[in-house]
Amino acid sequence: MAVEVRIPTILRKHTGGSKAVTAEGDTVRDLLGDLDRRYPGIAGQLFNADGSLHRFVNVYVNDEDVRFLGALDAKLDDGDVVAILPAVAGGGGSVGLKPGPPVDRG
Amino acid sequence: MLELDQDQYEALVAHARAEYPNEACALLAGRDGVAERVYPLPNAEASPTFYVVEPKAQLRAMTEMDDLGLDLVGIFHSHVATEAYPSRTDVELAAYPDAAYLILSLADQEAPVLRAFRIRDGQVDEEPVQVAGRQPTPSRRP
Repeated sequence: MAVEVRIPTILRKHTGGSKAVTAEGDTVRDLLGDLDRRYPGIAGQLFNADGSLHRFVNVYVNDEDVRFLGALDAKLDDGDVVAILPAVAGGGGSVGLKPGPPVDRG
Repeated sequence: MLELDQDQYEALVAHARAEYPNEACALLAGRDGVAERVYPLPNAEASPTFYVVEPKAQLRAMTEMDDLGLDLVGIFHSHVATEAYPSRTDVELAAYPDAAYLILSLADQEAPVLRAFRIRDGQVDEEPVQVAGRQPTPSRRP
């Protein structure tokens, strides 16, 4: 089914500058896979090497964080709106921290 | 250059003190480098060394900015024990090249230090931050 996906500024270089695009999928995983077929390279910014959603990427379905909806298995319906936002994160100390790879290094 | 007024500055300091000893975080919305709104937001990590803006609060704030026609002009967080300069973690996780990253150091609790930086592609460049009625940093403040 067709779902509107809102694209953050930092990923718009993959979508020719579009703020919102349409992609298809019954789950968030399928949708983001379809998004990457339409706009190659975008998935590299969203997923870890093992295929899980990057810790510092937030994906929302109708304003709900997908981590509370089954993550990449979250089901989608026609008319849903999916938004992607890079997390706002950082911190002064790195003791005991193992930060993941950057959200986007272009 | 990022400009904020005295009330906005005090709101950021108050938020940082309220969250102490954990790091505090906030978003600033505005136009052309002038802050018009401050959104103090929860740190989902509740940590003295790390912050992640709570994702739903982040979306709500950013949606409201869009609705108001404002841009994300600043991303604020506090360092509770280190200087007001981007840490390695700050640089690695900086995902908003169009925003100024404001860091408030509470290392000296009596004399908080606010500085601003642009973080792009791993490159850190300090930029002036002007609180109305004060000398801009990085030049010395009274």
